[in-house]
Formats: sequence, structure tokens, C-alpha cells
Amino acid sequence: MSFFAQLDLSVIGPSLPFIWTGLLFTVKLTLIAMTGGIILGTLLALARLSPIAPLAMAATWYVNLMRSIPLLMVILWFFLIIPLLTGKPMGAENSAIITFTLFEAAYYSEIMRAGIQSVPRGQVMAGQAIGMTYWQTMGHVVLPQAFRNMLPILLTQTIILFQDTSLVYAIGAKDLLKAAEIAGKNYNRPIEMYIFVAFVYFVICFALSRLVKHLQSRIAIIR
Amino acid sequence: MIEINNVSKWYGQFQVLTDCSTQITKGDVVVVCGPSGSGKSTLIKCVNGLEAFQQGAIAVNGTSVGDPKTNLPKLRAHVGMVFQHFELFPHMSITENLAIGQTKVLGRSKEEAHERGLKLLDRVGLRSQADKFPGQLSGGQQQRVAIARALAMDPICMLFDEPTSALDPEMINEVLDVMVELANEGMTMMVVSHEMGFARKVADRVIFMDHGHIVEDATKEEFFGTPRSERAQQFLSKILSH
Repeated sequence: MSFFAQLDLSVIGPSLPFIWTGLLFTVKLTLIAMTGGIILGTLLALARLSPIAPLAMAATWYVNLMRSIPLLMVILWFFLIIPLLTGKPMGAENSAIITFTLFEAAYYSEIMRAGIQSVPRGQVMAGQAIGMTYWQTMGHVVLPQAFRNMLPILLTQTIILFQDTSLVYAIGAKDLLKAAEIAGKNYNRPIEMYIFVAFVYFVICFALSRLVKHLQSRIAIIR
Repeated sequence: MIEINNVSKWYGQFQVLTDCSTQITKGDVVVVCGPSGSGKSTLIKCVNGLEAFQQGAIAVNGTSVGDPKTNLPKLRAHVGMVFQHFELFPHMSITENLAIGQTKVLGRSKEEAHERGLKLLDRVGLRSQADKFPGQLSGGQQQRVAIARALAMDPICMLFDEPTSALDPEMINEVLDVMVELANEGMTMMVVSHEMGFARKVADRVIFMDHGHIVEDATKEEFFGTPRSERAQQFLSKILSH
């Protein structure tokens, strides 16, 4: 009997509502970590490019530290250490949201740093020359251009983030993968469930990467 | 209006400006020329504090530029500047380019800023381009918009940093025409440029720089008659011979 003939895909249907709740958490985690990560990452990038040496050094250290530790370890450490420090348990899902935001910020900051540096220096001068302050120049002139220039790469990083969220499985947060695992155990059909979530991950990531392609051609600034 | 006293500037070990001094009184048009690398662009950027200098003093309308206590954004808001590469904001339409400084820096209302922007576009002959983006305009048109953007801030003086040197020859005149008009209206102008025709037409004084020094600082008549320094004579003969 072949491998495929042994599969019983009929177990997927009844598990869908349960897996849907897992998918919702995965999407929520991705969106929050993306938004928070880009905001925090942009501030880190500004700090790294700042002429204030201690600020630049602190930001550089933070980024390098986060990029030198495997994500899975950060997830585990954060989950284990924070309750010890605060004295109360935090819950796997909140812990995951905070960890991912802090971790992804390091990667987004490198992208935003490249984006900020891609804006010609003359643009900064032009902003300053009409009397804009540092924050006005950044907010109205530099960051909008940096963000546009980097949008495809920011989205690509978000696709990676979306896939990496499956690591929260390690601390028991109920994401798409965890939900599939539980459903698989319920029906004693883990292989079918894993095949199904792999398909879900693929469809979403593929759609997002098509969106990146589409945006690349649409949002480019006319120069 | 602009007083530059004994200004020196270094990039690391390299001295770009040495002991530069000059004054520009209200209503004067001063053209600064000199070979590339002579420090003229650096000097004009020191005037509104876009470049820092290590020695000497610059005052604009009585406000010291080098003083750390000076609110530079506030000072720059009233000193117009036009750049060699236009530096319009490419992600904003022409009207947005003209409005952004007025609304965010001067605190004007959106409607007022828009109106003022359109008036200035009229003046530089580009009203029809109002809704386009900088990338859709020619170099000469972009530079005229850049002049309008500076004028929208109601500047007390205007700094031009090689405003025509990035332009194709046939576009130079449309920009110079706007500048001549401004000069004739009495705007105080400091212009880094090699456009000697422009200097002859409207300049009150011509400054010649070489190797970070102000070598010659003379009235137009003196400068084009008999420049005192040999270096300026050589330079003039080179750029006027064709």
C-alpha cells in the first residue's frame, strides 16, 4: 500500500475550527511583532545613526546581541526568566508577543538603517534648510523615503517572522502549529495535520511574496 | 545682513576654509566663484549652519550661527537655500513640497500654505505642474520649484549653492531669469556660481575663492575690469574665453 493511500484527510474537516483559532493567534503574533518591531527597530536605527555616542553604542549592542542568539533560546529564556523577576506568571502567549517584538526589532532596525542611509544627504540638508528640526526632518523627509525604499525587504522579513512564529510551540503557546499538533493527537492522525498546516503556511507565505513583487513595481518613488 | 568673520574649517587634518571674512549688506547680490574644491560651497553652507566651522564667527541678521545656544531651525526657516541638485522631496507632489515648510515650520494653515504655494508657482511659471511629482519635471523646472519652496518661507535672504551647475545648458536660462528677477526686486542673495553673465547683470560684488581662501572680494566693475590677484585673472580668462 502506498504512503498516500494510508492518509485519511477526512480528519481535517472537523478540526478546522480548532486549527483556525491557532491560525488567528499566529496572525495576531505576526502583526503585533511586525508593527512593534518596525517601530522599535526604526528607533533603534535612529539611535545607531545618532551622533550621540552612548546612544549609538547601546543600540548597536542590543542589535548585535539579539542577532547573535538563536530565536528559540530567546523565547525560552524570556518565558522562564520574566516570571522569576516579576514574581507572577505571564502566560505563554503574552510572553511570545513581547519576545518576538523585541527580537524582530533588531532585524527590522538593520533594514531601516540601510533605508535611512539610502536617502541622499542632500535631502536631510533640504529639510533642515527650510527650518525643520531633527524629528521633523526624519518624520517628513527621511523616514517616508526610507520606508518606501525598504518596503519589499520589510515585508520579506515579515514572511520570515510569520514562519518563525511556529517556534512558540516550544513554550506551549497555541499557534497554528501547536493547534495542528493537538488536533493530530485527538484523531491520532499527526501526519495528515502536519501536511495540512504546511499547506496553510505555504499558501499564506506564497501570497505574501507575490504581494512583495507587486508592491516593488507599484510603490517605487519616481526619480 | 550676513557677516562672516575670520571663519576657518577643517575636515580632520584638511583645512577647507582659511580665515574667510566678508559682509553682505541688505539688498546686495554677491556672487562667489572659484575653481572646484576652493571651499565656496562649504562656505555658503556654513552661513545657515548646515556645515559647522571651528573658528571665527558668522552672524545672519545679528544672530550668531556658530553659537550652540542659537536655535538653528528657527534661523534657517528665514534663510532660503537652493541646492545644486534641487533636493525637492521626491515622495511629495509639487504643492506638498511648497507647503510642508509653511505648515510644519511656520505653522500656517493648509489652505494658506496651498494658496501661497500656487502664487509662487505662478511666479516661476509652473502653475500647470502643481499636482505632479518632482521626478516628472525637468531639471530646470525642479530648480524653479526649489526656488519657490525657499521663497514660500518668506526668507530675509537667499543662498544659492551652484543652482545651475547640474542643469543642461538649455535649462540654465529659465533658472537664471527667476534669479535675476529676484535680484531686481531687492532680495539679498549670496550665489555660488560660475555664471559670469549673471554676475555681470545683477551682482553688486564678486568674491573669488581659491584653496579655502577668499582671494578677491571686489565690486563687479573692479572684478571684471582688472582683478587684483593673478589667480583670479587666470580663472576669469579660462571661463570667459568661450
